[in-house]
Amino acid sequence: MATLIRRGRIENPPSPEPGEVLRLEPADDPAAVAHRLGGAARVEVNFPSFTDGRGYSIARLLRERHGYRGELRAVGDVQRDQLFYLARCGFDAYLLRDGDDAGAALSAFSDFSEAYQASVERPQPLFRRR
Amino acid sequence: MYLYDDIDQRIVDERVAQFREQTRRHLAGKLSEDDFRPLRLQNGLYLQRHAPMLRVAIPYGILSSRQLRMLAHIARQFDRGYGHFSTRQNLQFNWPKLEAVPDILEHLASVQMHAIQTSGNCIRNITTDHFAGVARDEIVDSFVWCEILRQWSTFHPEFAFLPRKFKIAVNGAEADRAATFLHDIGLHAVRKSGSDPDLGFRIIVGGGMGRTPMIGHVIREFLPWQHLLTYVEAILRVYNRHGRRDNKYKARIKILVKERGPERFRDEVEAEWEQLRDGASTLTKAEVRRVESRFVRPKYEQMGSDPIISQSEKIGSVPIFLNWQKRNVHPHKQPGYAAVTLSLKKTGVPPGDVTDAQMEAIANIADRYSFGELRVTHEQNLVLADVRQDHLPALWRELRALGLATPNIGLLTNIIACPGGDFCALANAKSIPVAEAIQRLFDDLDYLHDIGELDLNISGCINSCGHHHVGHIGVLGVDKQGAEFYQVTIGGNQGNPAAVGRVIGPAFAQHEVPWVVERLIGAYLRSRESEDERFVDCVHRIGIEPFKEAVYGHADSPRQDREPAVA
Repeated sequence: MATLIRRGRIENPPSPEPGEVLRLEPADDPAAVAHRLGGAARVEVNFPSFTDGRGYSIARLLRERHGYRGELRAVGDVQRDQLFYLARCGFDAYLLRDGDDAGAALSAFSDFSEAYQASVERPQPLFRRR
Repeated sequence: MYLYDDIDQRIVDERVAQFREQTRRHLAGKLSEDDFRPLRLQNGLYLQRHAPMLRVAIPYGILSSRQLRMLAHIARQFDRGYGHFSTRQNLQFNWPKLEAVPDILEHLASVQMHAIQTSGNCIRNITTDHFAGVARDEIVDSFVWCEILRQWSTFHPEFAFLPRKFKIAVNGAEADRAATFLHDIGLHAVRKSGSDPDLGFRIIVGGGMGRTPMIGHVIREFLPWQHLLTYVEAILRVYNRHGRRDNKYKARIKILVKERGPERFRDEVEAEWEQLRDGASTLTKAEVRRVESRFVRPKYEQMGSDPIISQSEKIGSVPIFLNWQKRNVHPHKQPGYAAVTLSLKKTGVPPGDVTDAQMEAIANIADRYSFGELRVTHEQNLVLADVRQDHLPALWRELRALGLATPNIGLLTNIIACPGGDFCALANAKSIPVAEAIQRLFDDLDYLHDIGELDLNISGCINSCGHHHVGHIGVLGVDKQGAEFYQVTIGGNQGNPAAVGRVIGPAFAQHEVPWVVERLIGAYLRSRESEDERFVDCVHRIGIEPFKEAVYGHADSPRQDREPAVA
């Protein structure tokens, strides 16, 4: 059974929630659903394979261009070693792949204590804070 | 070179810890090979024909003597006592053990080095002109801009899983010595008088070698410098979202640019950039100054003028020194100084290979002659960038004793070659024995100098790590029913202007390649207008037909005993 990490906490099984869920596939354009973001309980971005990096751009666009502030959940082939990048691009919930150890995965969020670029998590790049 | 501050160091140290943990999980069977592969590749680790291969980043090709000593130490302790400088200004170890790689990375981190993003579908090592900072035709010191881009691209969270690898080259001089038209993105510094700011970059996208060689397209003539990161980010975002992922052979940005057309691609980038411009990633003068100030600069002595002529006259009875001076010594913007190329292309040694003992000797020479700094060139040689001209004779004697003074820079025997089928799992054919056979055939220095400037590049497969497409003569290893054959191209050029070579005809067996080169050279010597007309210029003037004829006989009656051409 897949485990959910949401806002830094493990939920197993994930608690059910009411409301509309928007699900975006890698080829989808976030602009096409921008008008529906306000009414969504959460947005899911699917990673059919963890090596398909389109979802990272989708997440940043949802957060930075379309102002989405609700839950943004990475689903599909989501693994521990991608969590740090996913978080920086604006995801705050992760449905881990079956069999992955969610407890161990939590440590991935602190793989690095600093990053150079501007990101959703930290909008000022390092060079403006150095 | 750029010196890390505490944050730069911490990021590299944390990477070592992260990779140590990933390797541990993999070896414990908790991380499958499929899941581990993209992770290890982003740390430069390949599984190769004989053993893993570790590609160490040498960002934009600068290396300190201290770092080179550490590479020598690693070569001795973890490898078989040598390393291989690649055409991407990196260094490869061919024999490390997987379980030792975290320790190797820790050793590297202790001298501000790493293997981050030296492979994988991410932004790779930024490359530049190996004469940056010392060239007489400098517009700007490209190292500063490379370092800014290095930091921006290191662990960029959005662009770690691109459709394919992504290579950026920066050129800061009038002449393009960074092959900017043959990279995913080429950046060419431009000064524009009357503009504020007057410094900017010409933006070139969609060039590349590989299976489908293409010359890049200029999508913006002048981008003011402060917008560099937001603009490059816009290009990467368009590519990340729309680049093809259905076919790895069509996944590079050059295919997207071609399929959309350069104008439409440019429009998409510009539209994306409109949303990003003037955002938080807009560069500041303070940041450029900060990066500049962390570069250690040579403290030149005031030498007045160049003493080079009187020096050469003094030992003019040794013509080989004059040859070396002519081929391996390059002008410098600081009066009295010169840049010197150490040739790693001695006949009988695989191009780019250096032993641990040579690395240590070179590090000592760099300390004594060139402020403890070296550069790695994409031609797989090393450069001492800041040598006093009155020290040249003494330096030459020392390099000669080490076998590093072969006076062949720019000449036919300065062959670029990938490791090829002797080492690489991807290769169709061997490269190193072909290079050596050609070098042996052209071992007469007077003849070599008479032939003049000629780039001969050999790749063991279509991935073109040996840059055969831009060789004046290019040799490509191809597989035909399990046998190794070699396709020959002529007329390629890496810059000013860049050109992709054309195939002369059916492929050859390995032992025929030196003979083919000899026939091509013969045709050139018969056809050139003067000694000043280089081989490649001659090809462009008269076309490839006379060369085909020299190799195959008359074009309308091809030799019957040849295999058909390989597409």
